[in-house]
Amino acid sequence: MPYIPHTGEDIRAMLDRIGVRAIDDLFDEIPRELRIDALTGVPEALPEMEVARLAAARAAADGRPLNFIGAGAYEHHIPAPVWALASRGEIYSAYTPYQAEASQGTLQIMYEYQSMIAGLTAMDVSNASLYDGASALAEACLMAVRAHRRSKSARILLPATVNPAWRRVARAITEGQGLTLESLPFDAAQGRTDPKSLDRFAAQDITAVVIQQPNFFGQLEDADALTRWARANGALAIAAVNPVALALLAPPGEWGDDGVDIACGDAQPFGVPLSSGGPYVGFMASRMEHVRQMPGRIAGRTVDAEGKPGFTLTLQAREQHIRRGKATSNICTNQGLLMTAATIHLALLGPAGLERVARACVARTRQLVAALARLPGVRAAFSGPRFHEAVLQLDRPVAPLLESLGAEGIAGGLDLARDYPELGNALLVCATETRTEGDIETYARALGRLLGRAAAA
Amino acid sequence: MSMIPADLRYTKSHEWLRTLPDGSIEIGITDHAQQALGDLVFVEVPEAGRKLAAGNACALVESVKAASDVYSPLGGEVTAGNELLATQPELVNRDPYGQGWIFRLKPSGSGGAALLDADGYRAELAAAG
Amino acid sequence: MTMRKPEPLIFELSRHGRGATAQYPAPEEADIPAGFRRKQPPPLPEVSELQAVRHYTRLSQLNFGIDTHFYPLGSCTMKYNPRACNSLAMLPGFLGRHPLAPAATGQGVLACLFELQEMLRHVTGMAGVSLTPMAGAQGEFAGVAMIRAYHRARGDTARNEIIVPDAAHGTNPATATMCGMKVREIPSRPDGDVDVAALDAALSPATAGIMLTNPSTLGVFERRIVEIARKVHEAGGLLYYDGANLNAILGKVRPGDMGFDVIHMNLHKTFSTPHGGGGPGSGAVGVGKRLLPFLPVPVVARDGERYRWLDERDLPGSIGRLSGFMGNTGVLLRAWVYMRILGAAGMRRVAEFSTLNANYLLARLTEAGFDAAYPGRRASHEFIITLKRQAREQGVTAMDFAKRLLDHGYHAPTTYFPLLVPECLLIEPTETETREELDGFVEALAAIRREAESDAASVKSAPHTMPVRRLDDVRAARQLDIAWKPVAA
Repeated sequence: MPYIPHTGEDIRAMLDRIGVRAIDDLFDEIPRELRIDALTGVPEALPEMEVARLAAARAAADGRPLNFIGAGAYEHHIPAPVWALASRGEIYSAYTPYQAEASQGTLQIMYEYQSMIAGLTAMDVSNASLYDGASALAEACLMAVRAHRRSKSARILLPATVNPAWRRVARAITEGQGLTLESLPFDAAQGRTDPKSLDRFAAQDITAVVIQQPNFFGQLEDADALTRWARANGALAIAAVNPVALALLAPPGEWGDDGVDIACGDAQPFGVPLSSGGPYVGFMASRMEHVRQMPGRIAGRTVDAEGKPGFTLTLQAREQHIRRGKATSNICTNQGLLMTAATIHLALLGPAGLERVARACVARTRQLVAALARLPGVRAAFSGPRFHEAVLQLDRPVAPLLESLGAEGIAGGLDLARDYPELGNALLVCATETRTEGDIETYARALGRLLGRAAAA
Repeated sequence: MSMIPADLRYTKSHEWLRTLPDGSIEIGITDHAQQALGDLVFVEVPEAGRKLAAGNACALVESVKAASDVYSPLGGEVTAGNELLATQPELVNRDPYGQGWIFRLKPSGSGGAALLDADGYRAELAAAG
Repeated sequence: MTMRKPEPLIFELSRHGRGATAQYPAPEEADIPAGFRRKQPPPLPEVSELQAVRHYTRLSQLNFGIDTHFYPLGSCTMKYNPRACNSLAMLPGFLGRHPLAPAATGQGVLACLFELQEMLRHVTGMAGVSLTPMAGAQGEFAGVAMIRAYHRARGDTARNEIIVPDAAHGTNPATATMCGMKVREIPSRPDGDVDVAALDAALSPATAGIMLTNPSTLGVFERRIVEIARKVHEAGGLLYYDGANLNAILGKVRPGDMGFDVIHMNLHKTFSTPHGGGGPGSGAVGVGKRLLPFLPVPVVARDGERYRWLDERDLPGSIGRLSGFMGNTGVLLRAWVYMRILGAAGMRRVAEFSTLNANYLLARLTEAGFDAAYPGRRASHEFIITLKRQAREQGVTAMDFAKRLLDHGYHAPTTYFPLLVPECLLIEPTETETREELDGFVEALAAIRREAESDAASVKSAPHTMPVRRLDDVRAARQLDIAWKPVAA
C-alpha cells in the first residue's frame, strides 16, 4: 500500500480499539446511496520506477529549445544552492508558520524576503508573497480602492503597455467588486505611455494609475511623469516592476517626487524556473501608511518571553481567518517555497551580482535586436531605451516563422498578432544573461534562412 | 466581572455613551468588549466632520486575534476622534470609559438604536452567558 | 532540536565587497540613460556562497516539517509528500520550458495535465475540471465567480447572497465578498450538522448559492446533504463544495453525487504536494454540466493525438484568466505523479486509512479522559477535542497545550478553529502515520494534562525547548518591525 504504514495487526488492533468490525463501518454516517464501491476513470497504481520512466520520457519529449521568449517569465541562471536548500524537508514539508516557536526558520526567511523586496523597490514594507505577478496586480488594484478612501469611483487607469495577460487577470479578479479598468493608448514611435494621454482624465475621480516598468514591450516608461500626474490629480500610483531591472533602474519608491503608493510584480526571475508557467511568486510592497490594507501574510520581528529576538506572523487581523467577510483578500496559502528560493537567490547575488545580471540582460538584448534587425524585412518597432525585451516588426506573419523556428529547437519569441493587431506582424523577443553571443547568432542565422527561403519561393 | 458604570448608557453591540456638558455624546467600547478582544494593537477613529447615520460602522478596534467594528449608536456629525489612540491603542484596555473614548458626536436628533441603562446592559451580558 | 543562539539576519552577516562571485555573469555595459537609473545600489546582503548556504541550512533547522515531526494540523492534511513527486516534476524538460513556447514543444507536460484533469474529474464526479487556480482560496474565487456568471447569463441578476455555515473557513466569506456577494451565515446544530431550519429561513430569491465543506470543519459528515442540495436547488441556488476535507472521502463518495455544482480541490492537501512553508498550493476546480461554459481558462484539450490549450476564444463564457500563464504547473505535475503511483485503489485507501487513524486517535484520547466536541459522532479524517474543562479547572488553555506539545516533539494541531468550539484542538493525523506515532501523541497529551494538574505554570510558560520562548505578538503588532533597514551611515 503506497505510503500507508499499517500492518494487518495494526488494522485489527485499531478497529478493536474503535469498536467496529471493518474500516467500511467508519463511513456509516454517509448515506448508503451516495457511497461508491470503486473509482472509475482512474488508472491502476504504478510503482515509482514506472512513473519515473513515463515522466522522463514526457519531459524529454518537451526538449530544451533555445529560448528567446520573455513576456512575463524569464530564463535566468539559478545558482545550485537555491534548490538544494529550498528542497530541504524542513522547509519544503512545513506549512504556514502558525506555531511561531516551531517555525522560526520560515518566519525569519519571510522577514528577510520582505526586507529585500522593500529594499529593491525602495518602499517601506512588503508582504511575504502573493501567487504571481498577474494576480498581484489585481490585488494591488483592489488595495488601492480600499486605501484611497476619498476616491469613490473605483476607476483605475491601466495602460495598453501593461502585460495583456496581467490586464486580463486584473479584470477577472476585480470585476466582482465593480472596479473599472480604463485603457490608455501608447505612443506608436516609442512604444510607451504618453503622459499627455492622461490629461483627458484630469479633474475626474481616478482612484489609481498603473505604471509598468519596463513595460510589456521592454521599453522604459516615463515613470516620473506618470507618478507626478497621479499625485497631482489625486490618484494613487501603482508600479508593476521587473525586479531584476531594479538593480539598474530607479526604484518605484523614488519615482516622481515622493514615490508610488504600491509596487508589485513577479519575483520569478529570482531563482524560480520557467516550469511551463508556475509556480511563480507575486510580490507586493507599499508605503507604511497603507500597510493595513495589504493582502497576504506578513512576518514581524519581536521578542520572546525572555526578551530574545524572534519572529511571528503579524497584522493578522487583516486576514480572512480573523476578519472573514471583511478581510483585505481571501488569500491564505501563498507561494512560500518560491519566496524562499527568491530570498536565497538574492542573498547569493547581492547588489553587485544582481547589477551584473541586469547589465548583461540589457547588453544581450541590444545585441539580439541588432543581429535580427540586420536581416532584410526585420526592424525594431520602437526607439528609446529598453531593458531586456524588444518588439520587432517583420514583413510577413509571425506565427508560421515561430513554428519553423520551433522545429529547429528555437523558441523565437511571442507573436503579438492577437494582443496588438495594430502593430502588424510584430514579434516580442527577449534575451537575458543566459543567452550567449553564439545563441544569438544561431537565432539570427536560422531566421535569416527562413526569411530568405520564403523570399526565394 | 466587568465594570459597568451606572451613569452611562449602552448598546447591545457593546458601545457606551456619555452625554457631555455641551450636549455632544462621547462614545467608546465597554470594559466587557475590551476584555473579550484582548490587548488592542490598533484603533481607527472617525474624522471630525464625518456624518453618520445610526448603526453605521465608523471605527475599528483590533487585537492580535480579533477585529471588530464600532457602530455609531446615534445619527449625527463627528466632532472629534480620539487621536491618542493612534499611538496608544492600549488606552482602551486600560481605561475604557475614560482616556479610551473613541469618538464624540453631535447628535442630529434622529432616533438611534434602543439604548440600555447599566442594569439593562448587565442583563444583556448575563443572558449571553 | 536544542536551544541555540539566534541566527543573525543575512544582512548582519554582510560585508561590503564580499559576494558569491561564481554566480555572477561577466561584466557588461548597459546603455540606460542616466535619468532612468537607480542612484544607490539596493540594500541587499553581500555574503559568500558558504555563508548563504550555512545561514539557510541553519534556518531550516529551526523548523518543524512533515519530514521531521508528526504534524497533525487539522484541516491542512499534512501527510507524507513523496519525494518522487518532487524529483520527477523537476526534470529539466519540465522545468526549462517557457509557458508561451509553442504547444508542439510541450506535448509531454500537456499530456500529464490532461490526465490529471481527467483523474480529478472522475474522483469528484464532475463534468469538467480547470487546473488554473493557484491555491484553495483562488479555487473558491473561481467557484463563486462561476456561480455569479451562471445566474447573470440567465438574466437572474438579483441573486447576490452566498450562504455560509458558521463553522466555515474564513476564506469562504472572504471569497464571497471578493466576488461582490453578500454573506449570510447560518448556525450549526449541537451535533455538528447544518441547521436545516435556519437554511430554510435563509433561502430566498436572492440566494446565489451555498458554500459547504463536507465533511465539515467540525470533523463530521453532513448527514442531510441530499436534502440540503435539493432545497438549495429548488430555491434556485447552486452548491459549492470546499474541498479542504476531500481527503476524508476520496474514492468513497463523490461531491458530484452529493449534488454539488462546483468544487475546488486543494492539491497540496489531498494530493500531497508539499506545503512549502505556506505554499505553493493549487486549487483546481471541478464543475457540473451547468457551469462548464464558465470554467476559468486555460484548460487542456485533446484533439486526436495532440494536446492544446483552450482559452477565451474557445470558452467565451469563461470567468477569465486567474494567473499570468497556467496556474502552478509544477504543483500540478507533482499531483499527477502522486495519483499515478496511488492509482484508483490507492486513492480509496487514502480516505480509509486517514479515517481509521482519526477514529483510532479519537477513541484513544476519549479513553484517556479528553472530551470530544461531538461525542457520539464518527470522526471523518479529523476531529475536535475541547479543553474547556481543563481551561476552567486548571486555567490551562488549548494554546498552552499546543505550545507544550512542541516540547514533546509534536507539531500542534490547529487551535481555536472552528471558532464556535471553545478551547478546541482540531486534530488531523492523516493516513501516512503509524500506530506507534499516534500512540506517542496520546501519551504526550496525557502527560501534559497530568503536568497541568501538578505544575500548571510549566505548561502555561511552554515551550521550553524551542529556539525561542513564547513570542510577544502584541508587541509585534504595536511596534511594527517588518523590514530590516540599513543603518544610515
